[in-house]
Amino acid sequence: MLVNLIVNNQNKVFSCEPGDFLLDTLRENNYLSVRRGCDTTNCGVCTVLFDGKPVPSCSLLTVKAEGHHITTVEGIQKEAEKIGKYFGDEGADQCGYCNPSLALTVYAMKKELKNPTDEEIKEYLVGNLCRCTGYIAQERAIKKYLGDKS
Amino acid sequence: MKVVNNKAHSVDGLGILKGRAAYTDDLADKNSLIVKALRSPHAYARIKSIDDKLAKELPGVEMVLTYKDFPRIPFTRAGQGYPEPSPYDKFVLDEYVRYVGDEVVAVAAIDNETCEKALSLIKVEYEILEPVLDFENAVDNKIIIHPEPEIHDMFPIGFEPKRNIAASYKMHVGDVEKTISECDYVVNETFYTQAQAHVMMEPHTVNARMDYQERLVIYSATQTPFHMRRIISSALEIPITKIRFIKPRVGGGFGGKQAIHGEMLVAWVTWKTGKPAKMVFTRKEVFESSYSRHPMRMDVTLGADKSGKLKAIDFKCLSDTGAYGEHALTVFMVVGSKVLPLYNKVETVRFHGDIVYTNKTPAGAFRGYGAIQGNFALESAVDILCHKMGIDPIEFRQKNMMKENETSPIFAIMGEGTEGTAMDMETCKLEECVQRGMELIGWKDKYPRVESNNKIKSVGMAIAMQGSGIPYIDMGSATIKLNDQGFYNLLIGATDIGQGSDTILAQIAAEVLMTTIDKVIVYSSDTDLTPFDCGAYASSTTYVSGNAVFKAAMNMKNAIIKEAARVLETQEADVEFDGKILTSSNGKTVSLEDLSNQLFYSNEQKQLSVTSSYVGHKSPPPFMAGFVEIDIDKETGEVDIVDYVSVVDCGTTINPLLAEGQVNGAIVQGLGMAMFEDVKYSSNGKMISNSLINYKIPTRVDIKKLTTEFVDSYETSGPFGAKSVGEIGIDTPPAALANAVYNALGIRINALPITPEKILLSLKEKENK
Repeated sequence: MLVNLIVNNQNKVFSCEPGDFLLDTLRENNYLSVRRGCDTTNCGVCTVLFDGKPVPSCSLLTVKAEGHHITTVEGIQKEAEKIGKYFGDEGADQCGYCNPSLALTVYAMKKELKNPTDEEIKEYLVGNLCRCTGYIAQERAIKKYLGDKS
Repeated sequence: MKVVNNKAHSVDGLGILKGRAAYTDDLADKNSLIVKALRSPHAYARIKSIDDKLAKELPGVEMVLTYKDFPRIPFTRAGQGYPEPSPYDKFVLDEYVRYVGDEVVAVAAIDNETCEKALSLIKVEYEILEPVLDFENAVDNKIIIHPEPEIHDMFPIGFEPKRNIAASYKMHVGDVEKTISECDYVVNETFYTQAQAHVMMEPHTVNARMDYQERLVIYSATQTPFHMRRIISSALEIPITKIRFIKPRVGGGFGGKQAIHGEMLVAWVTWKTGKPAKMVFTRKEVFESSYSRHPMRMDVTLGADKSGKLKAIDFKCLSDTGAYGEHALTVFMVVGSKVLPLYNKVETVRFHGDIVYTNKTPAGAFRGYGAIQGNFALESAVDILCHKMGIDPIEFRQKNMMKENETSPIFAIMGEGTEGTAMDMETCKLEECVQRGMELIGWKDKYPRVESNNKIKSVGMAIAMQGSGIPYIDMGSATIKLNDQGFYNLLIGATDIGQGSDTILAQIAAEVLMTTIDKVIVYSSDTDLTPFDCGAYASSTTYVSGNAVFKAAMNMKNAIIKEAARVLETQEADVEFDGKILTSSNGKTVSLEDLSNQLFYSNEQKQLSVTSSYVGHKSPPPFMAGFVEIDIDKETGEVDIVDYVSVVDCGTTINPLLAEGQVNGAIVQGLGMAMFEDVKYSSNGKMISNSLINYKIPTRVDIKKLTTEFVDSYETSGPFGAKSVGEIGIDTPPAALANAVYNALGIRINALPITPEKILLSLKEKENK
């Protein structure tokens, strides 16, 4: 079957099976920043923005996204560049497998929350697991990005 | 130093964050056959028959593989150097399955759905055997897990499969029983540590294709590409000349990707069909069918005299290697070799025990590699002894612990499956680490506890050491090429799995060549294109591979000076090089840019290229002191980690940001093991904790504050004074937490993880006494 999605502001028509998840459809169509982590929506690695809100694409049927806006990190390259520089400044990137999805979620959080407290930041990002960094450097970088008004 | 010991951005962090294709599955051929395994539902069984007729007839199914399709060659998946200190006790597929999740049949099909459909059509008849699940009852059990006659060890490791013993070991210095009988104070305690899952974010992933030279090219998320090439070649009887292993970007390993997982099946499918193939483990497979940490029972006896001198350590250990013996002996030895030397002033010491088979998911390499288990036992026991003696545990450690320029006889006795290497501690800043840690945590104000209502604040600590590579065994090498316009390629076998080794090795090269990191283009871990490296394990990359890069860069510098001397018509000793300009004493100059352009295009053209190797002659340990501050709720038993202070002696930090990241990440992984991570099985051997729903790892909400500092330290045998930093951070959290819980409540938890349930039960027991 064919599904119409708006991916990174481009109209796309994807061929898929009714049971396909968005994660697999996106990867098949070369949106390779979206990756598989846990299969059970616990790790956040497969996060995409669904009409601007972060959702796990491993459990979202592609057909359910018909007509909706899907954003991957490929669609927010300028903001990702900014976030990436703060990550570099703070030593927050290790294996990086979770970083595109974390960057997307941080980007969405900046739009959604005004002046969030440390606790609100942690709560917003709690679904983005990281096994490498111990989170501290990430949070330093994220706070600097949130304070960046450029 | 301009580049080293500076906070350089990682060379690949930005591109990866922006979503560039980088990881193994990003690079899979789009037409890859999907390879999946049918896995055993039984902890122990013999396959009586496999009916794969329907699966084979299903359109789109390319191959159905059973044990009958593979050469019967035993090997070890451990991913170690050769000969391995692990038993050759595994076949690609076997007539016996030895744990729930063991491979029974493999299917290659055109897509996921067809592959899964084919798996569901395969009928396997099992003779279900009674499993051995309790590792304390494995030795000389009537059930033998490995009865097959072909299996063997490569050199004596105490391998006795008929007794369910994968390996065994014993060592002693002096008569420990006699010393203990003469001690004024003796404690004798038993500790248990659980299996922990690695939970790297990228699952085990591999893909393969044939190239236009009819060679097998395998992309794999591995820590050991060169070992993989060797092991695949011998186990599948594919000529090694026909195999190329490429390690793309890896999404975390922690030891779990040192070993072979899907590589054998995918290599075989592509080799036999000529078609590209891939296998991506589901998270369930990562939990059930890869590896976890060796669970252990440790019986520790300590003896001290009235003056507070630790005189003897007697350490008996039983380790559970699960269904296969990967890393059985070596992890076991590290329990002793990277823990016991912390207390080097003892008169006698003994370390011994067995590593046993059980019908559970195999144990393998995991950051800490035995040291975290041994540290929990010894550093808990030391506090117990101190409380019995009424001595301050920090004063006791300051008196008895390893100090700079000292040594321990254990270094010479215990290596990695073999004898060790004697060495003095040229750098050991443990005293500074302990002192600074006390200040940072506020020990004097908080020890042992501060009570308020139902909350109790307390502190606890532990000291630790690790190693820096395996001396005389682990080799790293580096090739540096000079390009036109004066930039370099750095080709290294070293395996960046996310820890940042590409970055720090480029920093080392740039420092020697007096250039900037952007002029050093790094390419790593490709068995065709890069020189050999043992891989990312044993905390070896900074020290071993770093020394190789240092040597190569020095040789490149000399090669450049030699060419400049020719151009400037002078002697090499007469040429000064500042990284950009080469100057002779008579004032003639040539820029590196001009020189390199001439070398390519116009004047005695040649490619400047150097390759250097390094093998360690010692393994200088990094040291650290870990301090935890907790708030503990007496009503619920809940523990809140308020702060974790790490003060680390890893020599020079090549990149302080990445070094901090290594320590912080390891501390949090260690806290996970200390507090709640626990691989659990049902009574019939099925893993219960086989998803991230049932197996919790620390989230950012669990981690409030980490305080990490590095003390000044310079190890002259290391590159720019560096030792290792990858593993040391994981060792202290279990003991530091156990000690803090004791300091808060007067209860001692000797079995990890330290959960609220255990705390409450212990409190109840204490109240009932």
